[in-house]
Amino acid sequence: MTTEYLDGNVLAGPLGEIFSVDVTTATGRCASCGQVAALASLRVYGPGPGLVARCPGCEEVMLRLVRGPGAAWLDLRGIVSLRVALPD
Amino acid sequence: MRRLIWRAATLLEVREETATARTLVFEVPGWPGHQAGQHVDVRLTAEDGYSAQRSYSLAGPADGERIELTVELVPDGEVSPYLTEVVEVGDQVEIRGPVGGWFVWRPESRAPVLLVGGGSGIVPLMAMIRTRRQAGSQVPFRLIYSLRDHDRRYYAGELHRPDPGLDITYLYTRNVPVSWPRRAGRVMLDDLAEGGWPATFQPDCYVCGPTGFVEAAADLLLALGHAPDHIRTERFGPSGG
Repeated sequence: MTTEYLDGNVLAGPLGEIFSVDVTTATGRCASCGQVAALASLRVYGPGPGLVARCPGCEEVMLRLVRGPGAAWLDLRGIVSLRVALPD
Repeated sequence: MRRLIWRAATLLEVREETATARTLVFEVPGWPGHQAGQHVDVRLTAEDGYSAQRSYSLAGPADGERIELTVELVPDGEVSPYLTEVVEVGDQVEIRGPVGGWFVWRPESRAPVLLVGGGSGIVPLMAMIRTRRQAGSQVPFRLIYSLRDHDRRYYAGELHRPDPGLDITYLYTRNVPVSWPRRAGRVMLDDLAEGGWPATFQPDCYVCGPTGFVEAAADLLLALGHAPDHIRTERFGPSGG
């Protein structure tokens, strides 16, 4: 694996196609080590053939996103839960 | 909140920053406004349908339907050579944004601010400096700007002019100007201790630059006692370009 990676900040655009809130400011719990981190702080590898976001604590995959023709594939199995701040 | 869409953007103006970087001012009809530190995705599509997209930080404060990007040429890149050498005033590209609510400074914030930029990592930090000035904010800012040599400075004239409440420290990694007090080298603990704020002031720290620079600077800030939740980072790396 390359040691060069980006922040989860780069997920903001691609995830913004899918969700109507900015999910990069949401916190997610890693299914592997349990660490809680803002999606903006995940380590993102990509862009091709898709974006792979890994836990900053244990480096396990938390999220994968592939944008294909006419559809996006989003794999969230590495995240136990997301906490999304919302107005009341 | 709206869904994110691609918008046609027309190039209005070009400003040379360095031999390899330039600022592009676009008009984007329907632009919803943005916050300092946010970025956009730029998409180029070739006649045969092949398209490539990259993320670029917004360099300016909100200004109606005008946005500014500063783009560094990445040799062998797919997008930056076009944006730095080919595109002309009047040409169109597709832009999607603004995106990213994490690496953002808001003018209503009261905490002192430390900005640490490496190379073209200065761009979103400049948006914060300009937004502070535009808002008339009294929040004290300190900027530590690490770059290879004097000629690589972005926004040189603007940063040279006095901006009350903004203090700037330049760190040169390769070549230093004549009689410069600091030796050329990468960012060190003393640089952040002297050019930044004491951790007891609880400043909001924004660190942007290449991955290695950001890792090093963020680790040094932690070593100086800054709390992890007061350190926000934005890295760019090989998938830039």
